[in-house]
Amino acid sequence: MSAATDAAPVTAPGNPIGQSVRDSLVIARRNLIRMTRIPEMVLFGIIQPVMFVILFTYVFGGSIKVGSTTDSDVYKDFLMAGIFAQTVTFATAGSAAGIADDMQKGLVDRFRSLPMARGAVLTGRTVADLVQTSITLLVLAIVALLVGWRTGSAEPTNIGRVLAGFGLLLLLGYAFTWIGALIGLSVRTPEAATSGGIIWLFPVTFVSNAFVDPTQMTPWLRHVAEWNPFSAVVQACRELFGNPGVVQSDAWPMQHPVWATLTYSIVIVLIFRTLAVRKYRRAAG
Amino acid sequence: MPGAIYAEGLVKTFGDVRALDGVDLDVPEGTVLGLLGPNGAGKTTAVRCLTTLLRPDSGKAVVAGLDVLRQPNEVRRSIGLSGQFAAVDEYLTGRENLQMVGQLYQMKGRAAKARAAELLEQFHLSDAADRPTKTYSGGMRRRLDLAAALVVSPPVMFMDEPTTGLDPRNRQELWEVIKQLVAGGTTLLLTTQYLEEADHLAHDIAVVDHGRVIARGTSDQLKARTGGERVEVVVHERDRIATASEVLAGFGKGSTTVEEHTRKLTVPVTGGAKLLAEVIRELDTRGIEIDDIGLRRPTLDDVFLSLTGHLAEMADEANGSADDAGHEQEKETAK
Repeated sequence: MSAATDAAPVTAPGNPIGQSVRDSLVIARRNLIRMTRIPEMVLFGIIQPVMFVILFTYVFGGSIKVGSTTDSDVYKDFLMAGIFAQTVTFATAGSAAGIADDMQKGLVDRFRSLPMARGAVLTGRTVADLVQTSITLLVLAIVALLVGWRTGSAEPTNIGRVLAGFGLLLLLGYAFTWIGALIGLSVRTPEAATSGGIIWLFPVTFVSNAFVDPTQMTPWLRHVAEWNPFSAVVQACRELFGNPGVVQSDAWPMQHPVWATLTYSIVIVLIFRTLAVRKYRRAAG
Repeated sequence: MPGAIYAEGLVKTFGDVRALDGVDLDVPEGTVLGLLGPNGAGKTTAVRCLTTLLRPDSGKAVVAGLDVLRQPNEVRRSIGLSGQFAAVDEYLTGRENLQMVGQLYQMKGRAAKARAAELLEQFHLSDAADRPTKTYSGGMRRRLDLAAALVVSPPVMFMDEPTTGLDPRNRQELWEVIKQLVAGGTTLLLTTQYLEEADHLAHDIAVVDHGRVIARGTSDQLKARTGGERVEVVVHERDRIATASEVLAGFGKGSTTVEEHTRKLTVPVTGGAKLLAEVIRELDTRGIEIDDIGLRRPTLDDVFLSLTGHLAEMADEANGSADDAGHEQEKETAK
């Protein structure tokens, strides 16, 4: 299975990139059809972050200090970027479970025996997950507005900047689903993929600026938090949304969170897509 | 000239286990080879190597004139794969599954749609075409799985245990479908645990054990090597075993084996049903009451026993293969 024969099949109709895109769309469509047949999965995916928004807002609101205030309205505006970012990264578990399920059920073997583009099964999965994440994020934003989240509450902003913030969230979320794809290919069961897809996200999302100010952490933890890709997107969103809690730090990702998020996302996709596709090609069902 | 499926010295190891230990195969175009063996013999590994799913450690494989190791993508265009490990999506309908497979074989959307409808009709799945396959019976799923492998009418087909776990009626039905397919000129490699299945469908049989082909030939040749038919008697009372054994010795073509605890006697014979009738009459004359009597043709176990000196171990797998083996036995006895 050399790269050369895969990339340029002698009798292939059309060009390889066109085929790759077509095959990925066929698989994405298949995964989206599945979502409509298992609506409860989409529903739980929405309920979980909505619950976080409500619990955090009403339980912690008023007792956590943001900057120099414990005003619960300030806290809401501070909180949402973190919750949004957590939501998009938790989609990783869905990708991992979905791919592990395909492996276990023998679908990966079916696909691997077909003359299709090698990366398409994984790309199709991540694209379908991106669609699902977008829906979840939309619902979540509406709920956030309902409980009192407002853009431009700390600094002025505009609709373009707000949408750019959501774009960055989806981009980093998409990059993370490739980590999920690799996890899904590496474990034996969908159950293991679900926990394996989520466990590592707790330190990633909590050792960050999402829920507390990293300048309050011990120095080494603070460095980890400031260079955490997850912190970059949260920082970027707070800036773009005009929300409070922007970390004052000399660390490059905190200074240039938008560029940092873009860079991190591209690097994560490049590394994990390469690893995942290689693993897929050798996958034993 | 090598056949449509050709393998030479295929070796595949998983850790310490040599799953394939130098397998040679040659299937002439338009014929059916049955790869017969117990679970863990290496049948599935062989199919996975030949269908590009697994890279062998060494050896050579040519399918439809294409080198499996050097031209995997071209091979994939020329083969269909069906069986225990190539599944359909349970949340998609039958139609959606077939359309998806068609598109992934690089068919245009409309062509894939038309082909799906055609196959659904051919495999008697039209009524269930727009239901998620989760709701299908085991037999329907296998038919859809087979249809998925036939979307582009590939010249070479691989079926891995196509009927394992199916009830006898569904098995019969699937056999008919496979026969029609082969009549159309497709070259087929089929793996099975059942001699009866290989008997029905295959021109040639290769018996596999511990990753090696230990015997090949037609079904009749293999059965002849195994020793043909046996009469099996279960006597009602333990103290009549000796007398029954004497009776059987008179008809047998070899020594009688006796299992004391089950009161079962087995003796190799020739002469079929006519001889069986004579045995019954003689036992009756001697006043030996019997619980069960039957003419048994060789089973996979018998073939294995004679070829390897050990029994084919029907390991418990997902589908409860052990139950199937029991089933097989029952049917043979009933004949």
